[in-house]
Amino acid sequence: MKLSGWGRYPLIEASTYAPRSEDDLRDILLSKKSVIARGNGRAYGDSAINADATLETRCLNRMISFDQTSGQLVAEAGVLLGDIVAAFLPRGWFPMVTPGTKFVTLGGAIAADVHGKNHHKEGSFRTCVDWIDIMGSDGEVHRCSWDEDRDLFDYTLGGMGLTGVILRAAIRLRSVESGWMRQRTIAAPNLSAALEAFEVEKNATYSVAWIDCCASNRNLGRSLVILGEHAKLSELPSSKAKEPFHKKTKWKISIPFDFPSIFLNRFSVRAFNNIYYQSGAKKIDVRLVDWDSYFYPLDSVLNWNRIYGRKGFSQFQCVFPLEQSEAGLTAILEEVASAGCGSFLAVLKRFGPQDSSFSFPMEGYTLALDFPINDKTLRLAEKLDQIVIDFKGRFYLAKDSRISAQTLRATDVRADKFCSVRNARGLSTRFASAQADRLVL
Amino acid sequence: MAVAHKLASMGHPIQLAARGANSLLADKTNIELRYNVTVTLHEFDALALDTHDAFVAGLGELPQIAVCAVGLLGDQYQAEQDVQVASLIVRSNFEGPASILGVLANHFEKRGSGILVGISSVAGERGRATNYVYGSAKAGFTAFLSGLRNRLARKGIHVLTVLPGFVATRMTEGLDLPATLTTQPSRVAEAIAHACKRKKNVIYVGRVWWLITFVIRRIPEALFKRLRI
Ligand SMILES: Cc1cc2nc3c(=O)[nH]c(=O)nc-3n(C[C@H](O)[C@H](O)[C@H](O)COP(=O)(O)OP(=O)(O)OC[C@H]3O[C@@H](n4cnc5c(N)ncnc54)[C@H](O)[C@@H]3O)c2cc1C
Ligand SMILES: NC(=O)c1ccc[n+]([C@@H]2O[C@H](COP(=O)([O-])OP(=O)(O)OC[C@H]3O[C@@H](n4cnc5c(N)ncnc54)[C@H](OP(=O)(O)O)[C@@H]3O)[C@@H](O)[C@H]2O)c1
Repeated sequence: MKLSGWGRYPLIEASTYAPRSEDDLRDILLSKKSVIARGNGRAYGDSAINADATLETRCLNRMISFDQTSGQLVAEAGVLLGDIVAAFLPRGWFPMVTPGTKFVTLGGAIAADVHGKNHHKEGSFRTCVDWIDIMGSDGEVHRCSWDEDRDLFDYTLGGMGLTGVILRAAIRLRSVESGWMRQRTIAAPNLSAALEAFEVEKNATYSVAWIDCCASNRNLGRSLVILGEHAKLSELPSSKAKEPFHKKTKWKISIPFDFPSIFLNRFSVRAFNNIYYQSGAKKIDVRLVDWDSYFYPLDSVLNWNRIYGRKGFSQFQCVFPLEQSEAGLTAILEEVASAGCGSFLAVLKRFGPQDSSFSFPMEGYTLALDFPINDKTLRLAEKLDQIVIDFKGRFYLAKDSRISAQTLRATDVRADKFCSVRNARGLSTRFASAQADRLVL
Repeated sequence: MAVAHKLASMGHPIQLAARGANSLLADKTNIELRYNVTVTLHEFDALALDTHDAFVAGLGELPQIAVCAVGLLGDQYQAEQDVQVASLIVRSNFEGPASILGVLANHFEKRGSGILVGISSVAGERGRATNYVYGSAKAGFTAFLSGLRNRLARKGIHVLTVLPGFVATRMTEGLDLPATLTTQPSRVAEAIAHACKRKKNVIYVGRVWWLITFVIRRIPEALFKRLRI
């Protein structure tokens, strides 16, 4: 079966297995040369693909227990974040940390140590993980946590499936009074204004900025900075307060076919950007937005990855340390604007401090850009790689489908240590993905 | 199991019946956590016909909707060689399911309400060399359901016959099924829930199977017997 990540590039012929139990999983794992776990395939590139044996966790998706007082949920790795919201929001609970799509599994969220719009304040997904049960090369299941085999725990969070197959985990949910978000939008005319807005608003629980990648010169980095708070009951109008967790079922749009790649020429992208900016700039005041539109705006268009056409697309996401952020971001945005291959989605986010062995975040700013795959954008991406190296940034492996092993090592000194930990624990021979092969991890 | 999830998501309490029902403890908890409904487990063997009365009596509360998903694909070649194998296939797909639905039907009739759902198969629509033992048992079950529906139609009890094509389940794991003709269990569950609401009689899941069956049933026997399908 041909497999790819969300970016539909690269496409790799791979054997897939969907074990139904721990024993099934062990049998497959022990009988294969090397394996990698796969959640819901929302990583963009080749991190959840192993040609030999890709182990899907979709049948390992049961919820195991929930503690009403602490909000601790124990669940199998294949449970989707969206299922957790569906089950527990009506009872007043929401994930502590969530990425921009709810269609990720618990295992995928742990393996990529995902971040949300609250990273600056509350950290990455690890913040809410109490323990993890993981199957190692020998087929044995080990529990690791903050005080039990801390090393394995630390490397599994952000380890991209290369430390074993996560079977189940305990995470803590956040208690909320409603499913509504108070959203405030600030229009920033350029990059430094946007960065300043992030710094001024650092007490906001959630913050993220959408950048107009086509703006250049004086307007370089013009953005909409969007802040959010969970709305309290007392902040809701009485019509909503009656059923604080109720949400109208939204129409789902599905993209049934691949758009021809000509669709995304620079003009359509520019038009898209302009419209978004103009309409956004008018909404400076506070609005109430339902949780789904706030956290997961893209989820209402199923298969939106098809608008980039058959060749697929790539997401470029890097983070710069705080001191280098403005310079690094400016360099990237200038390069993108001058190349004229504007990106549909460009998202900027402030990260808070993070102390971990191989997770992506570090204190500073992260930028994510989508590009359709073609010769021109691949050349551009290589130039951007050099900027990331120059400004001491690093790459997000969950989004990567193309960087080289050298680029990884030039940006992430932790890679070699990660490899030696994998070797020492006998993990490198059993767990491998196409990405790990490419990056020599 | 997918049907249980779907019905639970609609707020129905769930009774799960199976051989070795205790192995379903994790599924019970899962459904309870996800949908906030109660789930009970019940020991049940479709082949132990003489236990069926006691089984229904032991349910505690008689369900509003009863779904029979018991089935055994078996191995056609072995069934040709060994009558025991053939008999097990026939009993698992016809005798057992018909027996339990028959007992439930009597209880529903007394109460005057309820929906009985039998999962049969498109394989029962015409016997083929590759799986006619299974197919003929399903054909028998389909006919049984049709008769049951006829008997109960004026008694306020509805009978739904479900004819799935290929579904990606444990039964078909490892078989090389054409991806475009294979549905997910959740789709079958959606279709069943919808059909219960609309009081449909016979449904095909996916719909193309209606067409495929329609064509296959109309091929003249003289020709059909030479085909390899
Ligand atoms: C629209 C969109 C928005 C996104 N927004 C964000 C965001 O805001 N922040 C963010 O951090 N990320 C974001 N992502 C990326 C996404 O959150 C991660 O790629 C996540 O890992 C995907 O989870 P998955 O279940 O689909 O895993 P997959 O894509 O299937 O796998 C991802 C990695 O996790 C590993 N893995 C999966 N399950 C297991 C397991 N059981 N045991 C061990 N390893 C496992 C795989 O081996 C692989 O390395 C976004 C992605 C999309 C498509
Ligand atoms: N999958 C398909 O492509 C397909 C197509 C058409 C129709 N169907 C029908 O759909 C139904 C569900 O099957 P499935 O695909 O979900 O496959 P499945 O997972 O194999 O389910 C069949 C179930 O029947 C149970 N069963 C068998 N004999 C039993 C007995 N004597 N007493 C109690 N339970 C018994 C099995 O339980 P144990 O775990 O105890 O064995 C199993 O849970 C079956 O009727 C099948 O024939 C399936």
